[in-house]
Amino acid sequence: MREVYLRTEDLAVGYGGRPLIREIRLELARGQIMTLIGPNGAGKSTILKSVIRQLEPVGGAVYLDGRDMAGLSERETARRMSVLMTSHVRPELMTCEDVVATGRYPYTGRLGILGREDWEKVEECLALVQASDLAERDFSRISDGQRQRVLLARALCQEPEVLVLDEPTSFLDIRHKLELLAILKDMVRSRDLAVVMSLHELDLAQKISDYVVCVRGDRIERQGTPEDIFTADYMMALYGAARGSYNALFGSLELEPAGGAPRVFVIGGGGAGIPVYRRLQRLGTPFAAGVLQENDVDYPVAAALAAEVVGERRFQPVGEDAFRRAAAVMERCGLVLCPLEDFGPMNEKNRLLREMAREAGKLRDGL
Amino acid sequence: MRKAWIRYCACFGLLAVLLAVLLVWNVCAGSVDFTAAEVLAALASPMAPGIIWGIRLPRVLAAAILGGALSVSGFLLQTFFANPIAGPFVLGISSGAKLAVSLVMIFLLSRGGTAGSMALIAGAFAGSMLSMGFILLLSRRVKQMSMLVVGGVMIGHICSAVTDFLVTFADDSNIVNLHNWSMGSFSGTSWDSVGVMSWVVFLSLGLAFLLSKPIGAYQMGEVYAQNMGVNVKRFRVELILLSSILSACVTAFAGPVSFVGIAVPHLIKSLFRTAKPIVMIPACFLGGAVFCLGCDLIARTVFAPTELNISSVTAVFGAPVVIYLMASRKSGRVRG
Repeated sequence: MREVYLRTEDLAVGYGGRPLIREIRLELARGQIMTLIGPNGAGKSTILKSVIRQLEPVGGAVYLDGRDMAGLSERETARRMSVLMTSHVRPELMTCEDVVATGRYPYTGRLGILGREDWEKVEECLALVQASDLAERDFSRISDGQRQRVLLARALCQEPEVLVLDEPTSFLDIRHKLELLAILKDMVRSRDLAVVMSLHELDLAQKISDYVVCVRGDRIERQGTPEDIFTADYMMALYGAARGSYNALFGSLELEPAGGAPRVFVIGGGGAGIPVYRRLQRLGTPFAAGVLQENDVDYPVAAALAAEVVGERRFQPVGEDAFRRAAAVMERCGLVLCPLEDFGPMNEKNRLLREMAREAGKLRDGL
Repeated sequence: MRKAWIRYCACFGLLAVLLAVLLVWNVCAGSVDFTAAEVLAALASPMAPGIIWGIRLPRVLAAAILGGALSVSGFLLQTFFANPIAGPFVLGISSGAKLAVSLVMIFLLSRGGTAGSMALIAGAFAGSMLSMGFILLLSRRVKQMSMLVVGGVMIGHICSAVTDFLVTFADDSNIVNLHNWSMGSFSGTSWDSVGVMSWVVFLSLGLAFLLSKPIGAYQMGEVYAQNMGVNVKRFRVELILLSSILSACVTAFAGPVSFVGIAVPHLIKSLFRTAKPIVMIPACFLGGAVFCLGCDLIARTVFAPTELNISSVTAVFGAPVVIYLMASRKSGRVRG
């Protein structure tokens, strides 16, 4: 375990002296990414604002490299910690280069004039975020994705050891979300940064974080590695979500299944079933899925969306028992769909099911 | 980067030339016209009695210094409120100063004394801080910048109404004096006043220039400024004090002068194509000086011997700029 760089000790945060969240104990080493997740309004931003000292903590303390931040001067803090916050910045008549250059603030003299080395750092940081071509452009006239990258370059230009980001990927399209997080991950490795951020995208949070903190209402409900935190039941509970489901393996969300007895039977497997399940779900048609081994890629989606799933144990060929159960369910359905074209020894019984459906005149090519 | 600095130098050169030309022109032109040669001859013998040394020069210098002060004050306020249409006049700060100065004048004159420049500046400063306090309270409640400006205009009108009331009921002998001043004018400036205003303005200007680094950071917003290492609380106080002192000094000597504080910083920004405080503070000062000299020249000469009050002229040139700013800001928001 590496040495802790950023630590909060019984931190209480809130507004106007009233604590909103108490007993926040976070520990973060350099080279790690800590992500705050939780419902809207849970206080993620409040915690981040208190860590960067935009808000005075109501109680407790934040330690940076073993020193209480309350005792650090503005300049000392600025040389260790930089931020990328959600507040909209629209500075007048500034080029992207100018914006990045503001990151040199804690290193320049009384009048803030940048030297040759400072400008080299500015260029370097713009190159790091692949925004060198934006240098001369007006900052207020670039896209949201470009703006976030330039602001990230600004934060890096401050040569921090800790980087605090408040929802850096909001309002970005998927390409820019991925780009931004990829750059961030690179920076963490190459510059040995400690990163604290809040994210709304659970799927991304699960993949990028070394450590996850769940903020809910008045407390930190859980914290730990993504493997500990991202379980289907806990995610639904954390967000108080009652409808739909969360897939812990892929970090994906499914809508709730259509209600009622199954009217359509889908013979799936190997990914062929998923588009059909989704289509039926959209149409609001309750369906049954089978026969799927529990390790089949179709299985989790079928489990989330189907009224009934006929399963077989993992790594086992479809057995006689599962076949009989599936046949019984199929009997009750008016329609059978079989997007599956390839059959082998593992799902030989599924081929038999298709033949049965064809003989009964229930098999359809599509909806 | 280098290209930008060439542009800045060229623009500074342009402003300096304009300033020199207008200074000479202002001294030459008036109810009695002088040739440039006569002016230069007169300048060679300092403090010689006569129109040039006794009347024209102090007035011209006052217009230049106070005009510059006003536009720098406007620039500081625009940074503070992150709003291009903030300025000492629209936010009611000038009017607050005007009210306080009238009170000081009436009080001192009714006691048979004279109102010294320091007493006037102190009064103006107190008045502008009072208006500023209202605006700050208001800015906590209304987040919308246009509403803040409306609030400032209202405060300005209230202060003006009270001032008018005071002027109406003041002793006859005081009224003429007070009335002229409350309309805004550079006329009748003495060398003593020029001395005092130079001190106050150049000292504040120097301090503002030293603040250009945090001002630049503040243009990125409070959160980023703080993270860059600005002590935001102290900085805000410094900014408010400086902009209030600058506009108070103007009001104490020349009465309220409208629109210079908004129009000039905007024009200068467009000319220099930057908002960097390290460039803007000296440039706004020069620009404000040029603008006010030009306006004073028009005020004095166009309808000579009748003199217009300075605000009528600055409003004619300044108000369209403000209207343009409001219009372009609105369309910018729709796009954004």
